[in-house]
This record gives sequence, C-alpha cells and structure tokens, in this order.
Amino acid sequence: MTSAAMPMPLRALPAGFALPVICILHLPGDRDSRLAELFDERLPVPVREATDKAEIVPGTVYFAGSGYHLSVERDRTFSISCEPPVHFARPAIDVLMESSADVYGPGLVGILLTGANHDGASGMARIRARGGFTVVQDPLDAQVATMPESAIAASNPNLILPLERIHALLPMLEMNEP
Amino acid sequence: MKNPHHNPPSDVDIEMRMLIEAVYLKYNYDFRDYTGASQKRRVLAALRAMECGTVSELQARVMHDPAAFAQLLQFLTIPVTEMFRDPDYYLAVRRLVVPFLETYPSLNVWVAGCSTGEEVYSLAILLHEEGLLERTQMYATDINPDSLDAARRGVMPLDKMRLYTENYQKAGGTRAFSGYYTAAYGGALFDRALVENVTFADHSLATDAVFAETHFISCRNVMIYFNRRLQNRVLGLFHESLCHRGFLGLGSKESIDFSSYAQRFEPLAKRERLFRKAGT
Repeated sequence: MTSAAMPMPLRALPAGFALPVICILHLPGDRDSRLAELFDERLPVPVREATDKAEIVPGTVYFAGSGYHLSVERDRTFSISCEPPVHFARPAIDVLMESSADVYGPGLVGILLTGANHDGASGMARIRARGGFTVVQDPLDAQVATMPESAIAASNPNLILPLERIHALLPMLEMNEP
Repeated sequence: MKNPHHNPPSDVDIEMRMLIEAVYLKYNYDFRDYTGASQKRRVLAALRAMECGTVSELQARVMHDPAAFAQLLQFLTIPVTEMFRDPDYYLAVRRLVVPFLETYPSLNVWVAGCSTGEEVYSLAILLHEEGLLERTQMYATDINPDSLDAARRGVMPLDKMRLYTENYQKAGGTRAFSGYYTAAYGGALFDRALVENVTFADHSLATDAVFAETHFISCRNVMIYFNRRLQNRVLGLFHESLCHRGFLGLGSKESIDFSSYAQRFEPLAKRERLFRKAGT
C-alpha cells in the first residue's frame, strides 16, 4: 500500500482482524517515521514499525521504517537493508512485495494505491506469479495515476477498484484464510 | 500426502542455496547465515551483470573461474555507506563514549565490516578532534578485498563532499571539513595521517575469531544482513573482544533484543544504538 490514500483502507480493519498487514509508503529517508505511533492510537488492531529480525505476528499492522528497505524472510521475520534505492525509493515497494511473494505464495494479497512512480509494478507481478491475489486502485480514482497504471500494465491484477471498494474488501480477506 | 499449506521453495531459492554452499566449500567465504531476501536480490543483480541465464549457470562459472567469484563477491557484500551517516550517532560517541575513552592511556578501536572506509575516516576525524587519535590503534576489517583496498586508498567521490560536510557538521564537527582532504585522483583524497594507526585487515565475522582486546567496536548496518544465529555469533565475538565495560555501536535500526546477548550489553544511548558491555 502506498501514499496518501493509506489511512482509508486501514480504517476498515475490524478489531480482532487475524492477518498480518504490512504497509509501505514512500518516505524521506532522513527522518524517523511516526506512522506506527500515529495509527496505533487510531486503529482497533496493534500497529508497529517493522523492526529487523522481529517475528511477523498475525493480527498486527506493520509500517516500514524510513531509510531502509524492508523484506520478509522465509522464517516469517522481517529484515532490513541499506542496499541502494529502487525506483529512487528506500523503502521500496518492489523489495517488500517480491520478498513477501516468495514467502507467502498464494496466501498473499497485494494492494497498490496511488503513487508517482513505477515502484510496485514488478512486486505486484511477482505476487501474481507466485499465486497471490492483487488489487490495484483504479487509476481514474487515484490522486496520481502513474503507479496504478504501471502495475496494471506489468501484472494483470485480479481486481482494479476505486478506493472505496478496496475499503470494503479488506475485512473480507480473512474469511479466505485456510 | 502433500500439505496444502506447504509453500515450497522456488527453483531460484533452491539454486541459491546450492550456490552459497558451493561458494563456501570452494572459496571458504561463508554466506550461509546471511538473510535470504537481500542475498537473493543481489545474486539476481549479479546474474544480470554477469550475463548468466540461471543461478545454476552462475554457480558453474564461479566454481571453475576464481575471477568470476571475485566478481560475484562484489555483489554478495554490500558496499553502501557514507561518511558520518546518521550524524546523531557520532554526536553521541563524542558526548557519551569519548569521556570514557579519554581515561585510557592507549585505545583499541575496531570498525567491523568497514566496507570502503567511510566510517573509518569519520571515526578517525572524530578521534583526532578529541585528541585521541595518536593513542588509538584502529582495526578496520572486512571480507571484501576490493573494499579494503578502496578503504586503504581513502579516495571518496568529490560529489559526495557536500553531503559529508553537512553530516560532519551535524555530527558535532566544528572545523573546516575540507581541511581533511585534497582533490586528487578524480576524487577527495583523505589525509593519510588519519589512517596512520589503522590496520586494514581481512577478517570474517562468520568464520574468524577475536584478534585483540578492544575498547570500542563500531559495527553499523552489518548484522542486518545476518540471520539470528550469525548475529549471535558476532555479538559473542564482540563481547569477548571488548574490555571490561567496553562500548559497542550499531546501525540506527539495529536491535540486539532478539539475541541471547541482549542482557549482556546495556543501552547507553538507545536511539543512537550505543551499548556498553554489562558489568559482571
């Protein structure tokens, strides 16, 4: 997930939501992100910054911190890295999505919202290739269409929806949890 | 019966493990306990740069051609760093660590995983300004011989000097940063006097042992590439190397909370990731 549209889908999360949610926004690298603190007060589920080597706990919302890439490891822990930016971004959406796709395979849902560059397109393609489910915000509905458009072109997503419908979709996701 | 929830490793993941094992057996470079996700990205980048179709093809080349291994090694290690990165860290070293270091007649400082030397020169400048450099023996270690050569040369890109000057000032530097280098060799050549007492050495945190008693170890954004097992090994090395109540500095988002050594270091400055060996 990315950019200014973020708060809305998260607001739809009901108390007791059972899946882990990992959020990433393009952020300036030189400041600490306060997103986790901010949302922890406002959401009915716990919100944390994703920290290096921490176990990914179901029912928790995580935010990628600033200045480092965030990945998911096979043992379902987080790892961070200072490799160079991808699409000028660190954290980059592609890095998180590609590593998550490798670990969760068909159990992963990727949602990509508004944004001003091509980050996320190959990540969404990897999620599809590994059997996951992908949702892209309708470019007509997005503040900036570049990111959804390039993801649609690169990944043939399962659904293209306006934000409001993505909002409605989120609470339903856990019903499909095997 | 097949487990419906089983998510088997992809072919690439299987090939990755074979490559890393081959590198270990053939060249004795141990990347087996590095975290998988970033290692995979870097191997895939090597694949493209070295024009191999598959990881298996890359493995075959690396097995039979040491020059190809030297090339792959540049991808397996991560030489991304800058001078005075996270200025608050250096500021905290000045304020909280230096007053203790000043009490020793001679000092051993270890920059573990020094890469291309940016942190070595930063710390040398700091110690020089605090009047400690002359009595400091610094050890700068890494596994990548090309990085060590670059660190020894001490030539940084000129176009980085603006950023590094800003970082230096934020890190509590009050002199003219440009006084520490001269434009040469198409870059900024740092004053050789800074590294007169620096020993640059090949040392693997994954396979080698402690080589000296140290007062301060700086190892920033190195262990983020290690899994918990290797992180534990490295913290064990540091604990063994540090003198009574010695100091350890880590990267700004690193944590030792998940390590069995968590209780054996106490935080000195939490945000800046400075720790002190706990008293026994």
